[in-house]
Amino acid sequence: MTDATTENSAFFIRRETLPQEAAPLSVAGPLAWVRANLFSGPVNTILTLLCAYIVVTSLPEIIRFYFLDAVWTGSNRDACLTEKVGRPVGACWAYVADRFQYFVYGSYPVSQRWRVNIVFVMFALGIVWLLWNNAPLKKLGAFFFFVLLPISAYILLLGGPGTENFLRYLILATVALAAMYMVLSFVPSLARLFMGAGQLAVEHELPPWKRFYRPKRLILMALVAFGLIAILDKAVGLPRVDTGLWGGMTVTFLIAAVGIVFSLPLGVVLALGRRSRLPIIQLLSVIFIEFVRGVPLITVLFMANTMLPLFVPQEWSPDRLLRPLVGVALFAAAYMAEVIRGGLQAIPKGQYEGAMSLGLGYWNMMRLIILPQALRIVIPGIVNTFIGLFKDTTLVTIVGIFDFLRTIEATLVDPTWATPTTRATGYAFAAIFYFLCCWGMSRYSISVERRLAAGQRR
Amino acid sequence: MTTIPTEPVQPGKASLLYDPKIRGYVYQLALLAVVGFLVYSAASNAIENLRAQKIASGFGFWHNAAGFDVNQKLIPFSASGSTYGQAFWVGLLNTLLVASIGIVLATFLGFFVGVARLSSNWILAKIAMVYVEVIRNLPLLLQLFFWYNAVLKPLPNPRQSIALPAGILLNNRGLYLPDPQLEPGGSLIVLTFLLGIVAAITFRYWARKQQTATGKQYPVGWVALGLVVVLPFFVYLLMGRPITFIYPELAGFNLRGGIQIFPEFVALLIGLTTYTAGFIAEVVRAGILAVSKGQSEAAHALGLRPGPTLKLVVIPQAMRVIIPPLTSNYLNLTKNSSLAVAIGYPDLVQVFTGTVLNQTGQAVEVVAITMAVYLTISLVTSLFMNIYNKRMALVER
Repeated sequence: MTDATTENSAFFIRRETLPQEAAPLSVAGPLAWVRANLFSGPVNTILTLLCAYIVVTSLPEIIRFYFLDAVWTGSNRDACLTEKVGRPVGACWAYVADRFQYFVYGSYPVSQRWRVNIVFVMFALGIVWLLWNNAPLKKLGAFFFFVLLPISAYILLLGGPGTENFLRYLILATVALAAMYMVLSFVPSLARLFMGAGQLAVEHELPPWKRFYRPKRLILMALVAFGLIAILDKAVGLPRVDTGLWGGMTVTFLIAAVGIVFSLPLGVVLALGRRSRLPIIQLLSVIFIEFVRGVPLITVLFMANTMLPLFVPQEWSPDRLLRPLVGVALFAAAYMAEVIRGGLQAIPKGQYEGAMSLGLGYWNMMRLIILPQALRIVIPGIVNTFIGLFKDTTLVTIVGIFDFLRTIEATLVDPTWATPTTRATGYAFAAIFYFLCCWGMSRYSISVERRLAAGQRR
Repeated sequence: MTTIPTEPVQPGKASLLYDPKIRGYVYQLALLAVVGFLVYSAASNAIENLRAQKIASGFGFWHNAAGFDVNQKLIPFSASGSTYGQAFWVGLLNTLLVASIGIVLATFLGFFVGVARLSSNWILAKIAMVYVEVIRNLPLLLQLFFWYNAVLKPLPNPRQSIALPAGILLNNRGLYLPDPQLEPGGSLIVLTFLLGIVAAITFRYWARKQQTATGKQYPVGWVALGLVVVLPFFVYLLMGRPITFIYPELAGFNLRGGIQIFPEFVALLIGLTTYTAGFIAEVVRAGILAVSKGQSEAAHALGLRPGPTLKLVVIPQAMRVIIPPLTSNYLNLTKNSSLAVAIGYPDLVQVFTGTVLNQTGQAVEVVAITMAVYLTISLVTSLFMNIYNKRMALVER
């Protein structure tokens, strides 16, 4: 081997000495950085120049159009017409300012918009409560966001006698629950009928008013929330606002929130069903997931819009806004199920065995051991699904719901503001809105990922 | 309902109530009963509702006259004499056309942007990053509206068309390309061109074999260029230039002649391509980052330059990571092409689920057919990509 290669390896041995090269000008500092990152070779230099050309030609133009030449105030199209203003006109932000209310509320009656605002505030409160890392009483926050907020939003936004009755039933039911818990905490022998012996033993150690403390807290919060709405209703009244009048960001957030709230639990159930050992349950889950994932959301929306009313008795015909909500939620659930399945598959077998060795049943094993770990693993995937869902809410435009994008489209054909630059402005405004929401979500998910990966860091 | 990964230990003589097997059967039967009831009541409600609205059921409408026209059609179709069945095929072909072209373009653009994001060239990497972040965080529908309403619609009318090189005209009615006409002898050029492609592929195959056997390399690229481009060109000259072009020209208020590409198609294609490319770029980037650094260092140590290192060492290994998510992006692109309905490109959803459904009112049949088509496309695409994936997958010994 050694002898044979001498002949060949001669190729790789330089026999003459190279002339000495000058010392490099610099290896550190801005000049060296430019050299290494922008002009390291002929190809790189050409690329750099090309990119620089693109940036130099487009960026100042964009800044000029959207900021320097933009019109910020005005009450109709005259403010944004070059002929009237007498200077080149860029983006017409005056139009956005003028129509802003419409973008937020759609055609929701002006006198009733405070109801939407309350929902927005509750929504923001719930979001902050859940997303802020050190917020107290997280579980209460989750209950607030996933149970109380949807119910309150439904009652507040829709209003009318139907929802008033519903609210009355809700209050009665919560009061009854509260009463039941009171009795249970003072009469432990009754509690034995409802609780496991183990849990009851723990509760026994506590003073009566602290027994079943957590459920009582939830009930208290529900009572406060429902009570406040009832007081509002008594004081100012909540006349019915038909869903046909809802629109704008309200509807966009509503669809996204409904999709998120329903797709997560449904996705968990579907994912568990898909991994189930019971063949029929597994088959049904697989059929649902694969079917929904194989078709475009548009067709699901068309189906919800045209077929849902056929599938139920005429008198139950679902509301125009409810149909796409159902479609979006089912669609997102199928995607969510696949994401969560990934997480379930990543849990080592030992975790299941550990849970079973503790004597936990299936649901307790899943609830206490498996799902918390699985969900934590797939947080990025879940947030990705949320982002996709948020972007997909725009598709309800196609089946005639006035979401944010549709309100913008609608104002573009309105002659009050029809100028050559209105369209570019409207789309830019929509782009900013969607970008901020989606980008914010992805940033948050990255930060969560980092925080949870702390255990993996060395 | 149990998904216990190990076989559950049978309790000795528990009551039937606690036997996991029995419980499983009960749960499943209960679920079946619920689903069966839902399906049954939905079906009976649908029958009743359809009868009340006097809407026919069944697929009889397939052969009824359509009575509407479609601007872009790959097969003959007209308002008079064509049926709903033919409308279905027109829509389906349009969907497949935009999806297949979009997939090819998005793959190229996506790979370029993905590699660019990892480039050592700072400004290129930043531009690629901005592109990916912006494109991925905006709804596709907004982007389609942008391309169609804000870019293509405001173009000048046909009388003031923008003239591009080679006789191409651009206006708000679309893109007009010269229409090539084959004169006698022209078919020979096409034949040479096709033969050239076959010969080039054969040569590449042979050159590969030679290289593995002897180590000798052949200039595959140059030979292929000669066979596919230069040879047909010579034939073109030899035969006395038998291909002429009909250039689009102004006639009245419109353009006549040439091939018209509709703005709806262009907008949808641009939108789908750039949107999907953003996602493919991230897939490609993740794939390349998944290849361990040692691989490229080893390649550098062997004296390979960055270009060949990427081509011969990194990309082939990255492909194993890339292919599965790439497949789902292809599927997404195909499914997203249904957004055509928003800008009026006559794809399957617009023609069939839109117009035909509105005219016939047969929601159940029409939506079912549309969904079946997309399901089939999804299954076929993933089947092919799975076969390809299997061939590329790492074979471990």
